[in-house]
Amino acid sequence: MAEIKLAESKVQELKEVCKKFDYDKGELINVLHAAQEIFGYLPAEVQEIVADELNVNIAHVYGVVTFYSFFTMIPKGEHPISICMGTACYVRGAEKVLDEFKRLLDVKVGETTPDGKFSVSSLRCVGACGLAPVVTVGEKVYGRVAPEGVKDILAEYN
Amino acid sequence: MDIVKLNIDNKPVVVEKGATLLEAAKSVGVDVPTLCHMKLHDMNYENNPGGCRVCVVEVEGRRNLAPACKTECTEGMNVNTHSLRVINARRTVMELILSDHPAECLTCVKNGKCELQTMAQNLGIREIPFEGEQSHYKEDRSPSIIREVDKCIMCRRCEMACNEIQTVGCLSAINRGFESVVAPAFEMDLEKSTCTYCGQCVAVCPTGALSEVDHTRKVLSTLVDPTKTVIVQTAPAVRAALGEEFGMDAGTLVTGKMTSALKKLGFDKVFDTDFAADLTIMEEGTELLGRLQKHLNGDKDVKLPILTSCCPGWVNFFESNFPDMLDVPSTAKSPQQMFGAVAKTYLADQMGIKREDMVVVSIMPCLAKKYEAQRPEFAVDNNPDVDFSLSTRELAQMIKGANINFEDLTDEDFDNPMGESTGAGVIFANTGGVIEAAARTAYEVHTKKKLEKVEFESLRGFEGIRSATVDFDGLPIKIGIAHGLGNARKLLEDVQAGKSEFHAIEIMACPGGCIGGGGQPYHHGDTSILKKRAAAIYREDEGKEIRKSHENPFIVKLYEEFLGEPCGDLSHKLLHTHYFDKKKKVEINND
Ligand code: SF4
Ligand code: SF4
Repeated sequence: MAEIKLAESKVQELKEVCKKFDYDKGELINVLHAAQEIFGYLPAEVQEIVADELNVNIAHVYGVVTFYSFFTMIPKGEHPISICMGTACYVRGAEKVLDEFKRLLDVKVGETTPDGKFSVSSLRCVGACGLAPVVTVGEKVYGRVAPEGVKDILAEYN
Repeated sequence: MDIVKLNIDNKPVVVEKGATLLEAAKSVGVDVPTLCHMKLHDMNYENNPGGCRVCVVEVEGRRNLAPACKTECTEGMNVNTHSLRVINARRTVMELILSDHPAECLTCVKNGKCELQTMAQNLGIREIPFEGEQSHYKEDRSPSIIREVDKCIMCRRCEMACNEIQTVGCLSAINRGFESVVAPAFEMDLEKSTCTYCGQCVAVCPTGALSEVDHTRKVLSTLVDPTKTVIVQTAPAVRAALGEEFGMDAGTLVTGKMTSALKKLGFDKVFDTDFAADLTIMEEGTELLGRLQKHLNGDKDVKLPILTSCCPGWVNFFESNFPDMLDVPSTAKSPQQMFGAVAKTYLADQMGIKREDMVVVSIMPCLAKKYEAQRPEFAVDNNPDVDFSLSTRELAQMIKGANINFEDLTDEDFDNPMGESTGAGVIFANTGGVIEAAARTAYEVHTKKKLEKVEFESLRGFEGIRSATVDFDGLPIKIGIAHGLGNARKLLEDVQAGKSEFHAIEIMACPGGCIGGGGQPYHHGDTSILKKRAAAIYREDEGKEIRKSHENPFIVKLYEEFLGEPCGDLSHKLLHTHYFDKKKKVEINND
């Protein structure tokens, strides 16, 4: 099963988290939340550690991970793209922008391109409503993005 | 006790406070239909996710229909379980479920036994007005079990069986909405998971989503192969349940008819796994007494308790969950495998045929036996000791397919030498039976006295975990018994923690023992069927002339002519095995 190797330090960190939550099965969702913070995503190996530490079945952990759309088992791309879907951005056409990213990269929301370069996610209001629609790539913020401008944004990273 | 009075279909009902409408209705003989709910009486397990919505009823004064399984009875309720509105609602629910269900009834393994099909028939569904997208999942084929998840209706009974009864935790509901199914972690194949192949998920699935791997066609073609000698062994639990497949009452013993049917099907010899069960007692019993003796002499290296090892679901369970305790269970093979090993050596020699020309088929109440038969350590030069392991249901299928009129068959006897068995071999089918059989022999061997009464009533029963102390002429032997893997886990955790006080523990993976195996006729949640099968097994034991394994004349002869002595060199080679660490591990990078 184990295909990727996890960094020891992060594993330790995760184990600390489990300890902090008293190895309480009822805290599974919170522990997974923290685990996703640490690793960026929830690969099978991380879920197995959580299952072991909290003494719950791995199938159940996987069930929870697949039930909540917040959790992802796919690592973020080198350049994680987030499109704001808050009300202001939405009414100013964020969805069309999102569609354009999906079309050009041929991925769905929550997915990463096969070369690991880009991942696409949507997020709720980033608080820059004056700039709507807002897109972030890594740390960089782009405002007033139109579908036609998507191509140029991607070009910056290619 | 607080009580509540209400009316269901105009019948007055009195129930305990907290009871659901479903329970209340049942108490006055009104069976409200459900697809997901399943209560296993005597075992204290209930699957009640309230998901299928087939059980809706009309409660006077309420605007909406109420799901009977999730509605608590209140004083003075007037409930109608079959008003027009109710029936129409149930039909709509069924139509919706069926709109995402493959219409493959004619070729489905569950045809005629499917609860979804029965429900559709009862409600007179003649068309499915909703045309919608149908889900498609890959089929998953393991050595024992097939998952056809397209046929899953998300009742989650299998999840309950796997998680609560068995505590294997290999199945869970995953995804959400239309995409949701029950699957192993990461949607991996069962074969890669910690599945024990106990088959309890198959036993409770209402549809054809979970079923056994079917070997009947392969067996039929070897039966007509003139170069092969095909012999068959039948496990003890099969004779107490096979009749159900032909409409007979639960608990009808059909030993003679089963033997007769197997002969008609063309098996060259019809033998009995009970013979191998007697052999198991000789080996396991000797091992137990050996360990006990050393323990009493103060040898600290000897591990006690000794655990039985004749249940392959249980073997799979401890290999993946308790790999640090592989030296605790007995090394004796299961009766199925002992039979195969002896048949393909001793018997083949006697019959003057080569190993390769002998085909050993077994009829088992069990699905884990299919996996066990194909374990590489149970083969010689890729020729397995047991070629095909069929379930009780598969045998019934073969009999029907050959248009044999089962009920009218005249009883026939097993062939010899491997068809002779004692009452001790028979009771292997029931929880507590293996250890009772062992006690009958171990007592006489240890005390050199004759047992006054062969029945050890204290070892019998249906409680999930039982214990008893048996008096071996002044030496108290403490015995533990567990059936169902969840119960087994509890006993094993005690052993692991060094808290166990037992000398010997019997474990069977399935509730009730083999009589409740995953390959038996479907009980559809009626656990009284299991009790009737168990009673039938004890009746068969009572009717046997010889009831102690070491008195089986053919076993005595087998040791004289071939094996030497129990736990001797040849026995070790043929009749004992070893276990493997199958725990799944996570790799970590130390940087
Ligand atoms: S066969 Fe047993 S262990 Fe395997 S999935 Fe079914 S219930 Fe779980
Ligand atoms: S596989 Fe069968 S038992 Fe399991 S949820 Fe689906 S229909 Fe129910």
